Amino acid sequence: MGRFRYSYNFITGKWMLVTLAVILCLPVIIGISLGIRSADLLHDNGLIDLLFSSAWAPSKGEFGFLPFILSSLYVTIIAFVLAAPVCLLAAMYITQFSKPRMMKIMYPVADVMAGIPSVIYGMWGIIVIIPFVRDVLAPLFNVHTTGYSILSGGIVLAVMCIPYMLNMLIESFKTVPQGLRESALALGATHWQMVKHVVVRKSFPGILSAFGLGITKAFGETLAVMMVVGNVVQFSLNPFDPAYPLPALIANNFGEMMSIPMYDSALMFAALILLVVILIINLFFRYFIYRSKKIR
Amino acid sequence: MYNNENVILNQCPNTGKDSLNAISIRDLNVFADKTQILKSLNIDIPKHKITVILGPSGCGKTTLLKSMNRLTDLYKALEVSGQICIHGEDILLSHKDMSALRQKTGLLSQKPYPLPVSLYKNITYGPKLKGIKNKKILDKIVTRQLKEVGLWEEVKDRLNASPDCLSIGQQQRLCLARGLAVKPSIILADEPTSALDPTSSQIIEKQFMKIKKTYTIVLVTHVVRQAMRLADYVVFMHNGEIIETGGVEIFKNPKTDQMKEYLINGN
Repeated sequence: MGRFRYSYNFITGKWMLVTLAVILCLPVIIGISLGIRSADLLHDNGLIDLLFSSAWAPSKGEFGFLPFILSSLYVTIIAFVLAAPVCLLAAMYITQFSKPRMMKIMYPVADVMAGIPSVIYGMWGIIVIIPFVRDVLAPLFNVHTTGYSILSGGIVLAVMCIPYMLNMLIESFKTVPQGLRESALALGATHWQMVKHVVVRKSFPGILSAFGLGITKAFGETLAVMMVVGNVVQFSLNPFDPAYPLPALIANNFGEMMSIPMYDSALMFAALILLVVILIINLFFRYFIYRSKKIR
Repeated sequence: MYNNENVILNQCPNTGKDSLNAISIRDLNVFADKTQILKSLNIDIPKHKITVILGPSGCGKTTLLKSMNRLTDLYKALEVSGQICIHGEDILLSHKDMSALRQKTGLLSQKPYPLPVSLYKNITYGPKLKGIKNKKILDKIVTRQLKEVGLWEEVKDRLNASPDCLSIGQQQRLCLARGLAVKPSIILADEPTSALDPTSSQIIEKQFMKIKKTYTIVLVTHVVRQAMRLADYVVFMHNGEIIETGGVEIFKNPKTDQMKEYLINGN
């Protein structure tokens, strides 16, 4: 029996290394394959033109991605601005102020919210959020809109990010040791001062990771946004106007990309932009998490 | 008619300036849901002495200590009743200024929990909450408190560094200095040396012996030897009850079987 146990030990260890290597290689492989497929477009049009031109006419060979990039960013920012404060305060309340029972109720709710398929969020957006934006919010600002707008997309996305951000925030607040909280109170801090000075500061890296996760989640979400955002190639600062985010561009046109020359390459390039932006967002948050771990 | 008996019951035992006792506890009961953690305790804690609360783990020592500065409020399941008098005032009555109440006592926990700020800000946190803003006064407090716990020479060049760069023993002394900075009259110490190596423990114990002239110290421990080294007054607890109290002589002549057994096992 014991004769092979060292070999088993060796093999098991190596297998784990292989699985880890596969996981580490995946993003690189995805990036490279997208890069290869979009090389034709890059070669013909040039990177600067593709990123900063807003002329979009695939049949004429004009591929300007600026409206899509800006639409994506705008929708994401709205979602983040709506969801982040709500999640932060709710997580604070659940972990610091409420009875422990509250947490037991919250977890299943957040899990169900995270598990709802995005098509359902999209449907809900169409039947609830769009009429709400069209009939309630728009008249408040004296604007006329169909409801299919950046704002609707932002609201639906905000709702979709909430469970992820909330769960992560709760986890990071929970890791603050009870003894540390007691120390601050014993020094004469009020409950709120204790939360502000100790809990928030101690879990600041965790808060940043939660926000980073929420933003990347919002940036990459496709289906639900596509259903409510209107999908018009334009960029307008008015949140009641429709827009066309990158993931929607890819998903909407994937079926017909073979009919127009370079269109497939353009969609691959859109995917590559998505990947790179998400990479940049992640690096950005990593850097701030690293910075915040150093004591001020 | 004037009900004399009731008045006496509700009055606080003398724990004012002229009294020999710093804390008086009367009929203290603590329930967690339906289990009783502390069973009608009555203790008088003498001023400027080290009172050791001794007993096995889970006997309610920490709960007793935490009820002395109302940290029990944090645990929503706990129900505290009875009377705890500090400075002639029953702290268990609903209290408007919890900060001022808690600043009468300094807390030292089992593990050091430095605040996630610099060494300097750790010390000034309490005084700042009291409203002291003058930089010169704060500087003075930092110097004085760090000297008082014998940490000044070790950290004076890196006051803006993170407490993470200190050893765990130094961190515990930092926490003591931080607690003393709010000028409490009572130090509540919850097994403060249980996470420390013998050398650091000895330093903390020496500090206690030194500062007991000016502070009343309540020390929770399960270590018999530590209790013997430090105690002026001993409260032996078991299962939420006080079994025996007395001066150091009770280590030599324990009256109860539980205490005898604990001392034998502890040695």
